[in-house]
Amino acid sequence: MDRKLGRFLLIGIPYFWLFLLFLVPFGIVLKISLSDVAVAIPPYTPTFDLDNGWEGIKAFVGNLDFENYVWLTEDDLYWSSYLSSLKIAFVSTVLSLLIGYPLAYSMAKAPSEWRPTLLMLIILPFWTSFLIRVYAWIGILKTEGLLNQLLMFVGVVDDPLHILNTDTAVYIGIVYSYLPFMVLPLYSALEKMDGSLLEAAQDLGCTAISAFWKVTLPLSIPGIIAGSFLVFIPAIGEFVIPDLLGGSDTKMIGKTLWVEFFSNRDWPVASAVAVLLLLLLIVPIVLFQKQQERAQEAEQ
Amino acid sequence: MKKIGNSLLTSVLALGLAVSTQASAEEVVNVFNWSDYIDEEILAEFEAETGIKVVYDVFDSNEVLETKLLAGSSGYDVVVPTGTFLARQIQAGVFQKLDQSKLTNNGNLWNVVSERVDKYDPGNAYSVNYMWGTTGIGYNVDMIKERLGVERIDSWDVVFDPEKLAKLKDCGVYLLDAPTELIPAALNYLGKNPDSRDKGDLKAAEDLLMSIRPFVRKFHSSEYISTLANGDICLTVGWSGDILQARDRAAEADNGVTVDYAIPKEGALMWFDQMAVPADASNADNAHKFINYIMRDDVMAKASNYVYYANGNLASQKLLAEDVIGDPAIYPDSGTMERLYTIMPYDPKTQRVITRLWTKVKSGS
Repeated sequence: MDRKLGRFLLIGIPYFWLFLLFLVPFGIVLKISLSDVAVAIPPYTPTFDLDNGWEGIKAFVGNLDFENYVWLTEDDLYWSSYLSSLKIAFVSTVLSLLIGYPLAYSMAKAPSEWRPTLLMLIILPFWTSFLIRVYAWIGILKTEGLLNQLLMFVGVVDDPLHILNTDTAVYIGIVYSYLPFMVLPLYSALEKMDGSLLEAAQDLGCTAISAFWKVTLPLSIPGIIAGSFLVFIPAIGEFVIPDLLGGSDTKMIGKTLWVEFFSNRDWPVASAVAVLLLLLLIVPIVLFQKQQERAQEAEQ
Repeated sequence: MKKIGNSLLTSVLALGLAVSTQASAEEVVNVFNWSDYIDEEILAEFEAETGIKVVYDVFDSNEVLETKLLAGSSGYDVVVPTGTFLARQIQAGVFQKLDQSKLTNNGNLWNVVSERVDKYDPGNAYSVNYMWGTTGIGYNVDMIKERLGVERIDSWDVVFDPEKLAKLKDCGVYLLDAPTELIPAALNYLGKNPDSRDKGDLKAAEDLLMSIRPFVRKFHSSEYISTLANGDICLTVGWSGDILQARDRAAEADNGVTVDYAIPKEGALMWFDQMAVPADASNADNAHKFINYIMRDDVMAKASNYVYYANGNLASQKLLAEDVIGDPAIYPDSGTMERLYTIMPYDPKTQRVITRLWTKVKSGS
């Protein structure tokens, strides 16, 4: 009996955590997304009120509808900013991978006494506030900024480049900010790789390059997937970076949400956008992971 | 209405941190005001005089303040929304009526301002004016002369005539990132009611704004103070006091940049920042004391002399510095005053149309 209870508790705790920190907030947002705007505190109606008992709950449920979701389909703004977010997040993920992989690879190949220091260097930027690091990029990228001064001094360009307030600046900001999230899982995948596999490949006639493609890369795929998710998912909803570095024409779902929430004061529509974002993002990822798990099981 | 727009720092702070308002033995008043909007000596003097500690916090957009107020339990005792926002917030039940018996400096107020505020806050029951100003054109005198051949700007033509604005593209044009400022200005320029909600009128305003969009470098509501003062841009549509701050910074830096502010002859938007007390303020009594202190003629004069905005306090006018009361950009003459217009808050449906229109204009497509 006791053992059963213990097992139940052990499984129960993470589920309780998931319930408290994911399902409950999601339920609240979902509820707001089915409400209507009101000039009140809070700025939507109906609000949950248990004083009226069962009748109150029935009236409450009766007042909920999907109007806001219908609204979202009627304006292409939401769809186009979602697509634009997808594009920006995707390109940033690929760039992070291209920069992060060689970094992680050379870290994993470095003499073992260096590795803690190298790891430290990757983590070091986190000691400064994220916001301040993004602000610092304004100073670097602006027309009279460090980058332009350097380029003009060296003679690469004659006129300063307009980088700040463009999508390019957003890419730079996202890649810079999320690069450690790509490097760390890649490093841990590459570091624990068995070196004798490479030796075997070379013994069997592989060149160093083809050994990399045939052995190292496939074995580091879990790291690539984990790193890509860690960059891609937060990048889609990113608000700070496009707001500070992006231009007036940079469309991202995070900015659209901000406008919905703050300028339109429309919490219900803002919530509907958030729910859709979650569904469009989480569902494919869950399916992808399921498929990965199945593939792994099949291998075994 | 100093700095609307997506101010990030503030919104992060505003949503992330709840202001602690422990009712300790110490008397406090929690004030939430616009950034760069007070002479901090005033706060120290208030503390010394009353023994009430001022916890002073700043925002730079009405939207951030409003979202915080509408979420409830903001923890603030005195907040300073702009008239149009105030009206809607009163309707939402955000504020408590001021106890006029505690505001003994009431006699100092200027009826010219309180009569105009009446349309936002009937009877001035919920609020007292802190500062007011206009939304006009700030420009770099030399750059404009070089490109347009005029000594000074006196018309919205320079902004809304694409041919004229095109000549300024290379030296940099900023617009406020605030649809509630630019759309009325566009409507007014077209000879329509600046407060119009008519679909056709709004479409006309949108077309006008789209026609000048290619020549605008950036939409931003506070950056123009520094860019104008440094000579990085040559024209901006902005708030009076901010542009005058840019003018003074340029003069102090002695960097060869001369900035001037114009209230165009076609008229300009007049706005009012109002002190009000949230209904759930935990130190309402101290809030009244604070507001009453600010209403003192010498205190209000000190505030205006510092931030270069006009106030709604008649008694303070004799104590204002000459470069404040004597500056028609701050205290316009009566002829200009008549051309200033005010607007009312948009209903949610119109707000949606306005926001969408603005997104379109900003993204340029």
